[in-house]
This record gives sequence, structure tokens and C-alpha cells, in this order.
Amino acid sequence: MMTIETIVFYLFAALSVFAGLRVITARNPVHAALFLVLAFFSMAGIWLLLEAEFLAITLVLVYVGAVMVLFLFVVMMLDVDLVQLREGFWRWFPIGALLAAVMVGEMIWVLGNRQTAETGAEVIKHAADYSNTKELGRLIYTDYVYPFELAAVLLLVAIVAAIALTLRQRRTAKRQDVAQQVAVKRNDRVRLVSMPASARVSTQAQPDEAAASDQQKH
Amino acid sequence: MMELLQTIEQAGQGLLGPFWGPLWTLVKIVVIVAPIMGGVAYLTLAERKILGYMQDRVGPNRVGYWGLLQPIADGVKLLMKEIIIPTGANKFLFVAAPVLALVPALVAWAVVPFADGMILANVNAGLLYILAMTSLGVYGIIIAGWASNSKYAFLGAIRSAAQIVSYELAMGFALVCVLLAAQSMSLVDIVKGQQHGYGLLGWYFIPLFPMFVVYFIAGVAETNRAPFDLAEDESVIVAGFHTEYSGMGFALFFLAEYANMILISALTSVFFLGGWLNPFEGWPVLGAMTAWVPGLFWMLAKMSVFLFIFLWFRATFPRYRYDQLMRLGWKVFIPLTLVWVVVVAAWMQTPLWFW
Repeated sequence: MMTIETIVFYLFAALSVFAGLRVITARNPVHAALFLVLAFFSMAGIWLLLEAEFLAITLVLVYVGAVMVLFLFVVMMLDVDLVQLREGFWRWFPIGALLAAVMVGEMIWVLGNRQTAETGAEVIKHAADYSNTKELGRLIYTDYVYPFELAAVLLLVAIVAAIALTLRQRRTAKRQDVAQQVAVKRNDRVRLVSMPASARVSTQAQPDEAAASDQQKH
Repeated sequence: MMELLQTIEQAGQGLLGPFWGPLWTLVKIVVIVAPIMGGVAYLTLAERKILGYMQDRVGPNRVGYWGLLQPIADGVKLLMKEIIIPTGANKFLFVAAPVLALVPALVAWAVVPFADGMILANVNAGLLYILAMTSLGVYGIIIAGWASNSKYAFLGAIRSAAQIVSYELAMGFALVCVLLAAQSMSLVDIVKGQQHGYGLLGWYFIPLFPMFVVYFIAGVAETNRAPFDLAEDESVIVAGFHTEYSGMGFALFFLAEYANMILISALTSVFFLGGWLNPFEGWPVLGAMTAWVPGLFWMLAKMSVFLFIFLWFRATFPRYRYDQLMRLGWKVFIPLTLVWVVVVAAWMQTPLWFW
């Protein structure tokens, strides 16, 4: 029977399959990245249908709102040469196809295996006030607290490693010390000189003196 | 009022049956979006007037009394202008970008409560929804910058992308404090969590004061407003991401920016200043005197205060340099918010937590 939910599901599913295909077939890398955004959106729609609103919104927030923005950022700045990109496509095709086949096989094995997945299970309907977020939070911080902490440590290691790999001190780069800038007093920068208005000023001696004393201060 | 609405609902149910629900929601959407658009139009006038007075000028005063018809004249002018699509621009994305900028600014209003019961959808993950929707606004800007095929537009887009991603983190952590305090992600529950019968003493801006400041400043940065308007830094990159836009495309970017300003003002009021709650509730004399004032009035009054601060900022502060902007986001706001999350979480376990 076609309920509205089924229609919406097939709509989102078709959209995500289309977007996924376009990610790999689009000639322009920026278009491909934008199609990936569309794919994420349609997946978020499907998750909303499953009453997994926390996951759906987090998918949009993290992947669409942050990860893909950075992705686009990089793709837009790279000067991608499409001709060069297509070179040797047929030479590498067998390896790519083999990898794809292995991945599909793994997916079928995981999803088709009775012990690892309950494919035929009915989706449980919850009342309107059911909070998916609360349930997830409770599970993560009680039953799954060790795997959760482990994942957190793994991410931390990745962050530290990424920073360690990219951080290099450039001796020639000029840097500001903001704390020092803020702590500057008037007397460090400006010297007030009172000069008699009527007296004759020798135009050569004094500026040199001022410059000399300025240099001493620095 | 409530009885009238109920009669309308019943009559509609009887007349249209299953089609009534979507139709009624559409009516509600129009009732929310139309005043926002009007607000955007008059916010531009308010901005020009307030900036004018702050700079010892009078601002627009030729079209209509006090310049009150100025936004309409501007709108008509922009509508009549030719839309120029630069050669070498990606036509589809060039046209889609202003729409992508405006849509997130409007859809976020779905979960904003204007008064008790005045809300389109009381989603129980409303706060997450708000974060997700406000983070989408950047797409309009980066796509506009890229599709224009112009150096200046592209530089503006790149600046904006980095800026919004940086400030989003601080914003998110500030909101984590709010949801810790309210123990809910529904915006209605967050407002109700601030109702203790002590008026404004019960609002979250007191225990979460640093977060309140960080959230609003990050909000100013997210909307690309001065002093964080590096995406359209006119002294350096012409007009930034909308350099190549003319006519209605340009107008849509402006609508999006101002709609976002109103949204940030509304959200700051909801999260930290008790939304529609009366500030004098339960106070000896003032409480009784203001008991008749509707919640909508307080909500709009709080929003107006923040909108005024937006304009005040613009008249007061010089624009940040880019490295200063990044420093403020990463080295000041993010550590501060992270520490305050821990402080609030610990504070809530003690009997000293009064909220």
C-alpha cells in the first residue's frame, strides 16, 4: 500500500541515488561537491522518516554545514585540470572495478548476514513526545561509554597528528604578540616634546636626536 | 482570539478534510514570513536613519514623511533594474545562489516561538535545527562567489566560508550551555525554563553571561555584519561576494542578511532573555502593572534592542583585520565557551544553581 510516507521515502531515495550518481559523473568538481550536499540532504530526509531526527539534523549540521563547506573551499581553490584528470582512466579501470566489487560484496555480506543485521525488523513507531536525542544520549553515556570514549581519543589523536604534521615554524614570518600590543602604554610609543613657540629651532639637530632616542626605546 | 482560531480550524476541517492541514500550515507560514519581510524592509530604513543620526546627519527624508516610503522606493528600483549575468559565470549557480542565501534565513523561523503557543513547529530538537539551518546560509555566499567567475567575489566567498565555519563552533558551544541549563532542545522549553516567577532574574543571561556575549558577537559574525563584514570588505575587495550581482539578485542577498539579523536577535532573546516572558513578572509593583502586556510585545521589544545593537556596532567599530577576526574566533571564543560548558555542567550539580 502506498502511504504518503512510502511516497516520500521513494522520492528521497531516488533523489539520493541520482545525486550519488552525479557526484561521480559530474565533470565539474564543484558541481560534484554540490551534488554530494544534495545526497546528504536526501539521506537526512530518509533518517527523519525513520524518526531519527537527531542523526538527521546532525548530518546536515556537521557534514553539510561544516565538512562540505571546507570541501568546497578546497575544491574551488584548486586549479583542477579535467583533461589530466581523465588521463589513464581505462588503464586504472580494472583496479577500480575490483575495489568496487569488493566493497559491494562486503556490504552484501554485512547486510545479508542474519547475525549482523536484522533486515526484516519492523520499525518501531514512537509517540510524538519521544525524544530520539535523549535516548541516544543515554545510550552513549551508559551502555556504550567505553566505545564512545575510545572514538573520542582516536579523534583527538588524529587532531594532534594533523596539527603536528602541518605545523612548521617559519623563521622569516612576522608575527604579532597581541598581549604585548594591548599592554602598550602611551609613553612607549609617543614622546611629548614641549617646544618654546618663539625660539628659533635648528632644523637639523633635533629630528636626529628624536630618532636616536626612539631607536633606543625599541 | 483563541475561540476564533478554533472556529476557523473546525470550519476548515469540515470544508476541506485532509487538505486542510497543509493549507492551514501555509497560512501560518505566510503570517510569519510576511511581517519578517516587512521588518527587513523597515530595518534598512531604521539602519540608515540611526546611522545618520549617529553620524550627525538626518538620513533619508525625501521619499514620504520621515523617509518612510524609502524602502518601497528602493525595492521598486531594484526590481526594475536589469539582471546582468557576467560572461564566464556559471549561469545556474549564479541565479541559484541568492535563493540559497535567503532560504535558510527564513526556514529557521519555523521553530522560533513568538509568544506562548505562537510557534509553527515545536520540534523537540529545535536548537539543533536552528544550528543546522543557520550553518546553511554560507552556501549562498560561497556559491555566489564561485559562480560569478570574478576574483573579488571569490575572495569574499573564501573569507566568508572560513569566518562562518570558525564562529559556528563558538556559537554551538554557547548553545550547549543553554541546553545544559534548560535540559531541553525545544525552544519553547528553553523559554519556559527561564520562568521562575522572579522576572528577569530567572533568565539565562545571568548564569551564562559570557555565553550570552559570545553568542551575540558570533551571531554578528555569522550574519557578516560590521565589524565582521570581511566578505564584502568594500575598501579591499570591491563588494566581496556580491560584486557581480545587480538588481533583484543583489536585493535577495540584502534580504537574507537582514532576515538573518532579525533571526539572530530573536534567537538571542529566546535563549538568554526569556523570549516572550515579562521581565517584571512576580515583582511587587511593576509586575502587577505590566501583567496585561502580551508576550508578543516583550519578544518584539527584546528583538528590537538587539537589532539596535547591530546598527550601533556598525556605527561604532572599525572593521576587523582578517587575522584579528580569526584570532578572536579561535583563540578567544572557543576556549572561553569550552571552559564555560564545564563550569556550567559542574555548577548545575551544586545547590548554588538557582536557574
